[in-house]
Amino acid sequence: MRIRRMRTTAVVAGVSSLALLTGCGAADMTKQASPFANAQGAKTVTLSVQSWVGAQANVAVAQYLLEHELGYRVDTVQIDEVPAWDALSQGRVDALLEDWGHPEEEQRYVKDKKTIVPGGDLGVTGHIGWYVPTYFAKQHPDVTDWKNLNKYADRMRTAESGGKGQLMDGSPSYVTNDKALVDNLDLNYQVVFAGSEAAQITQIQQFAKAKKPFLTYWYSPQWLFKKVPMTEVRLPAYKEGCDADPKKVACAYPHTPLQKYLNADFAKTGGEAAALLRKFKWTTEDQNEVSLMIAEQKLSPEEAAKKWVDSHESTWKAWLS
Amino acid sequence: MATVTTVAPRVAVPGVLKHPVLRKLLLLALAAAILVPLANARWASGSWPAALTVDFTEPLTKASVWIIDNRDSHPLFLYFFGHISNAVVIAVRAVYLVLLAAGWAGVTAAASLIAWRVAGWRLAAGTGIAFLACGFLGMWIPTMQTLALMVVAVLASVAVGALLGLAAGLSDRMDRILRPVLDTMQVLPAYAYLLPVVLVFGMGVPAAVLATVVYAAPPMARLTALGLRGADKEVLEAVESLGTTARQRLLTARIPLARKELLLGLNQTIMMALSMAVIASVIGAGGLGDRVYQALGSVDVGAALAAGIPIVLLAVVLDRVTGAAGAALGDEPQPNGRARWLYALVAAVAVAVAGRLVGRLDWPESWALNIAEPVNRAVDWMTDHLYSGVPVIGGTADWAAHFTTWVLDPVRDTLQWLPWWSVLLIVAALAWLIGTWRTALTAVLAMAAIGVLGVWTPSLDTLSQVLAAVAVTLVLGFATGIAAARSGRVERMLRPVLDVFQTMPQFVYLIPVVALFGVGRAPAVAAAVVYALPAVVRITTQGLRQVDPAALESARSLGATPAQQLRQVQLPLARPALLLAVNQGVVLVLAVVIIGGLVGGGALGYEVVAGLAQGDLATGLVAGAAIVCLGLMLDRVTQPTERRAKKGA
Repeated sequence: MRIRRMRTTAVVAGVSSLALLTGCGAADMTKQASPFANAQGAKTVTLSVQSWVGAQANVAVAQYLLEHELGYRVDTVQIDEVPAWDALSQGRVDALLEDWGHPEEEQRYVKDKKTIVPGGDLGVTGHIGWYVPTYFAKQHPDVTDWKNLNKYADRMRTAESGGKGQLMDGSPSYVTNDKALVDNLDLNYQVVFAGSEAAQITQIQQFAKAKKPFLTYWYSPQWLFKKVPMTEVRLPAYKEGCDADPKKVACAYPHTPLQKYLNADFAKTGGEAAALLRKFKWTTEDQNEVSLMIAEQKLSPEEAAKKWVDSHESTWKAWLS
Repeated sequence: MATVTTVAPRVAVPGVLKHPVLRKLLLLALAAAILVPLANARWASGSWPAALTVDFTEPLTKASVWIIDNRDSHPLFLYFFGHISNAVVIAVRAVYLVLLAAGWAGVTAAASLIAWRVAGWRLAAGTGIAFLACGFLGMWIPTMQTLALMVVAVLASVAVGALLGLAAGLSDRMDRILRPVLDTMQVLPAYAYLLPVVLVFGMGVPAAVLATVVYAAPPMARLTALGLRGADKEVLEAVESLGTTARQRLLTARIPLARKELLLGLNQTIMMALSMAVIASVIGAGGLGDRVYQALGSVDVGAALAAGIPIVLLAVVLDRVTGAAGAALGDEPQPNGRARWLYALVAAVAVAVAGRLVGRLDWPESWALNIAEPVNRAVDWMTDHLYSGVPVIGGTADWAAHFTTWVLDPVRDTLQWLPWWSVLLIVAALAWLIGTWRTALTAVLAMAAIGVLGVWTPSLDTLSQVLAAVAVTLVLGFATGIAAARSGRVERMLRPVLDVFQTMPQFVYLIPVVALFGVGRAPAVAAAVVYALPAVVRITTQGLRQVDPAALESARSLGATPAQQLRQVQLPLARPALLLAVNQGVVLVLAVVIIGGLVGGGALGYEVVAGLAQGDLATGLVAGAAIVCLGLMLDRVTQPTERRAKKGA
């Protein structure tokens, strides 16, 4: 008897303390900030950062302005684009500053659930393509047309590509039709996935040091172009809708004006911070300038942002008004 | 079925048959002769027949869409998962605020004083230095975030693990039910269940803590059960004769008797939780892991290392301190131990208050060492000079290419060329030769499940990489282990190196392996070898050291050379340890398959990573399940019977 009563007491105590802790009743999972946020009692904005440096540059500058001009505390969360949409919808992060186009997510969260609102253009236009190093393109100018790629398949061969030429793809989080393209354009190439951008960049740099030819999936804007100049290979021209069926794609990638997205609640109640992030708009050159400082000169993102902010006052003053 | 019935008596009366190995193979050949033509007639194909696969894409995709649509409104989330998630956030936040309030001086003092009380002044000094080093590396705040996360995750893991262990330790049926569950929890690559956890709990700390619990609770559960089962029978009988109730016996005798195992469980759980801290950064856990992961974005090994070192330091400190606490158990309690604890507490509080008064709560920014730049220069130098064009031996890139062409390709092509039923037969034969028909059956079923999941071809690709990595690990590991067993100095020198290999987050060496070996399967193998080597070296060394000195002495007196002693006495006597090393090598190599996916290893590792990156539950989970099956199969095929006997104890 005694034991049973003790057990009941323990259970009641446990449940009620849990209820007390969590404020009774239903728990709203959309209202959960990071436990590390706000630690010193400041207004907090949480930004998502994607793995590439361009995204880090956007966030670094936004963070610098929010902290130094508006007095916010900024938390950053490192996640890939697709999970970032999910986090944005739940309010775990407040903004996504560089999206390369995710129609499925846009339909679900912006149009159907209305938990995310568009935040306008970032001002940077993204483009995905196939690239060869410029030192190789200068020696063999015809390599820059896809029709001649098969001629060079031998030169691009690696141990991984199994007798064919290697077309190196990057992180699994990137938009890619390359397997279909190789099939549909009858190219004697094998797509080899580097698995992460870090691995791909490292490999490109190693190839470049040895002046070896290579063919890679790559995208602009990207800081690596300054270190390893690369020339784009012309693929059959992009036309609206030519990439509608992922299996039949036989055309180049489009030029995408990169977009910002905000959590719907944050957009309404985020005050000055939300206003700043909506107005945030800069050029490809601006972004590259900051990216290079981070990636090549190995400045911390904060130092890089400070340098850019100090020298481009007219650009960011407009975002604050 | 014929095989099963004829084998049963052999298991009951071992030793009656003269050639059990031959007998097993004959029976297997018989079964094959009947089954293979049947299977081949029905599903003639080299690779796994399409008729025998089940497509899980649709139900899994439906499940993930359902979760996303109902997450904000369904009672299951509002009244259950939501509260769990909130409780985690509140707990982590509370710990974090306490750590911040104590300031860097207070935290360092408290940690050192705890280490002093538990493990003596040497470890206390080490602990203090380790914490200061985290500050000097400019990682104080991330270290505190990781620490806060760790405290909560470890407490939760210990609670869950102890409960499961209690159930398994007290009831045989629970033990049988739980064992495969715990096996799965440990073999399942963390990456594969990050996505479901994220879907349910959302990005961030709650998901990270819960994923960590899944990963870190099993060792606690296993060791708790082991401790409870291993309690001295005589003591228990004595306690029972005093007329105690079952509950009193548990609290006053069995649990105290199992203290050593419980502490070892705690130790293991802490280690596993720390290794998860980095992986969890992929889903927004913050802290040190996040810094490592962000450094990868700009291909900055130095910065990644600066965040990786605090993780290693935390791991080493926690390992040594909990280890020393375990070793000190059962010693005479020190006089006025309680008073000393009090002094320690007062001193820690005094330092924290002093820090507050001086206004030095945050780590002073000017006290920082910049290690990133010299490290990057060193890595650049190394890769520049080793990558290619080294005279005579060729560069690392050439080795990698040769390794891929001459080892990885043939193994993979052979495995993929073999008809599916012959792969099953080989697995059955190997598992049966080293174990019982039960192990063989499990191994075959695991392999068949891979086919049913529809990932037969990529799984064999992964298997070929695992086999190659294990072979390299064993060659290097046995050689190093033998050297360490023969010379105490080598062992002492190796110890810190092995510690670093084992605890350094694998993300840190992702760039160096690519820089040395290029993108592909070769760097994946290299990363796996680095990770699995320490365990193999340690087990080998220990096994060789424990060989009966009398046997060695007599061999020496007969005039055996050191090489003969090693070959004819030490290695045969250390056979169980060596087999265990093989087994551990396989399991650990498999744990790094995901990292292989990040450096171009392709196959299952890539699919798991892709599943997480694209929010594609089907791809990620199916590939993850296939890795579990591979792990189960390899474990059964390499599991020495000795270990199984011990596990059942």
